[in-house]
Amino acid sequence: MKNKSNYINSLEMKLALKFLAIFFICIKSFSQENSFPSPRSIIKKIDFNMISKTQIITSEMIVYGKRKSRTIKSKGYSEGVNKNFTEYLYPEREKGTKMLKLDDRLWIYSPSTDRIIQLSGHLLRQSLMGSDLSYEDMMEERKLSEIYEAKIVGEDKIEDRSVWKMELTAKVDDINYFKRIIWADKERFVPLREELYAKSGELLKRISFFDIKKTEGRWFPRKMNYKDVLKNGKGTDFIINEVRFNVAIPVEYFLKSTLKE
Amino acid sequence: MIKFLIKGILRDPSKSIIPIFVISIGVMVTVVVSGLVRGVLSDVVDSNANLDTGHLKIMTKPYANNKDQLPNDLAILDLSELIDSLKFSYPDVDWAPRIKFAGIIDVPDKNGDTKIQGPTLGLAYSIFNKESNELRRLGIENSLISGEIPQFENEILISNEFANKLNLNLGDEITYFGSTMEGSMVFEKVVMSGTIKFGTPLLDKGSFIMDLSYAQKILDMEDGTGELLGFLDKDIYNPIRAEEIKKDFNKKHINSLDEFAPIMLTLRDQNDLAPTLDLMDLITGIFILVFVLAMSLVLWNTGLMGGLRRYNEFGIRLALGESKPKVYTFLLIESAVIGTIGSFIGTILGVSFCYYLQEVGMDFSDEFAGASIVMPSIMRAHVSLDLFFIGFIPGLVSMFLGTALSGRGIFKRETARLFKELEV
Repeated sequence: MKNKSNYINSLEMKLALKFLAIFFICIKSFSQENSFPSPRSIIKKIDFNMISKTQIITSEMIVYGKRKSRTIKSKGYSEGVNKNFTEYLYPEREKGTKMLKLDDRLWIYSPSTDRIIQLSGHLLRQSLMGSDLSYEDMMEERKLSEIYEAKIVGEDKIEDRSVWKMELTAKVDDINYFKRIIWADKERFVPLREELYAKSGELLKRISFFDIKKTEGRWFPRKMNYKDVLKNGKGTDFIINEVRFNVAIPVEYFLKSTLKE
Repeated sequence: MIKFLIKGILRDPSKSIIPIFVISIGVMVTVVVSGLVRGVLSDVVDSNANLDTGHLKIMTKPYANNKDQLPNDLAILDLSELIDSLKFSYPDVDWAPRIKFAGIIDVPDKNGDTKIQGPTLGLAYSIFNKESNELRRLGIENSLISGEIPQFENEILISNEFANKLNLNLGDEITYFGSTMEGSMVFEKVVMSGTIKFGTPLLDKGSFIMDLSYAQKILDMEDGTGELLGFLDKDIYNPIRAEEIKKDFNKKHINSLDEFAPIMLTLRDQNDLAPTLDLMDLITGIFILVFVLAMSLVLWNTGLMGGLRRYNEFGIRLALGESKPKVYTFLLIESAVIGTIGSFIGTILGVSFCYYLQEVGMDFSDEFAGASIVMPSIMRAHVSLDLFFIGFIPGLVSMFLGTALSGRGIFKRETARLFKELEV
């Protein structure tokens, strides 16, 4: 009889312990959920830092080739998400080449032939001047919050910075990368690393962001390394020498007719 | 005796017309099938060699690993030095540098804006170099559909199908847009001097030909090339010699620390040609063997039937006192004469038809439209010396053997029985 009572007591004790364990796990996960900010608010803050009404960027792109590296300097003007104009300044071979992107069409002006060539469709996914960037990468300026659904998948550390690891899945069809994984700085709300995926789930590119500086009230990376994982080599550095936000850009910059001027 | 036999064959068509007809048809089919199969095989080898693989090909190791991507940033540099050393080591090989490069052909409207454009594959061959055999080897002159071979460096030949798609006319100025060896943008105005039919759907879809030195200039590849092709003596592929040269060359570079060290491949090492050629060789051999055997059986049967049909004739001849070996010998010689006449007629007909197929061919371009290897779109027979003999195996030997078998009955005839047969 005594043995039976002991057995029932130990069974009750075990049940109580299990219940307590489940309770604490629930509490912990609930408090964790609550400690995560809304993913949408994070990408909106990233959009605020990275995208402005207009932008003028003077940059250089270092393409690390198998045999030698090349530096290409350019000045880019963008307005909203659909208008982008870039003029190449260096080296001599590229000097004077201009690119204008309006919506999904891109025109390239070559001073050596005095011709304007239009690119569209899959050609925009080709490598830009042998770099790890495509024409689309170079000229895409869409807000993440408008084209992706985001969720936080964890926390991490990149070079001593605490980051949110977020998974972004496309909510629109006309998009270059169906999925992105972003490691976003918890305090400054800029991406420190990105992985870009195709709809098939294949990893296409990796981007690392460096030299984050506050410019005109925004945290903005001054150096990026693009790595096309389908190509060998150490990728392409994109260095921003100067950036200006929300400056009035004359309308002529975004006219095809002025490309030859 | 032969004259007497021929007279007999001609004067008594009942014993010769059907066998000669059957033998001629059988031999003709044997010759045509053999010629066609060999022609297709040799065209596959020649097309691949001339347009893509050479008998030998040298590339840098990283280029060879990624050659489908046309990675000209990994091209061979210091080309003239390499060719000099190759000429010294292998004087029996003709070396031809070639560059393949991708891009876009853009056709402007009257304002200079894009009217129409299409992705393209540029093929740079030594057109202006008088010492080069490329024009002859590629048969460019014979493949011209319109216009002429480029006379100036900025002139190009475009595949006829591609030119039609872009609505181009001779002398039209168009723009090539692509990238240099290092990836810089290339915009080059070129003029279409002519259109060409490569004869392989893969290239006819959207290719153009440019002079090598001009391509080297616009692609920043001075003294460089993507691929260096080697052609053996008289442009005849000799797999044993090709393998010898490959082994010798690669032995010299296998331990090189240079990331861009060259590597040599033979024709068989490329485009999955080794298993394809082996399989085609095997199938061809089996096919011809089975076909010759089948034809032999048919013709043997003809000989057999011919012998049996003439049983009474042999009986009378034996009854008249002719010796059995003499009748048998006559029969064999007669069958040999009939076999020879049939084989001769069949061979003449077969070789003539093969010659027609060699010159005109059969167009299979629609069927091979999506082929990923270099396949000739027109299948042609190949008239070779052995075609003049191959038909005699089923035509003469089988007829002879069939007759020999059926004629054995002559020796089994009893004289008493013969008279009985004659009474009937």
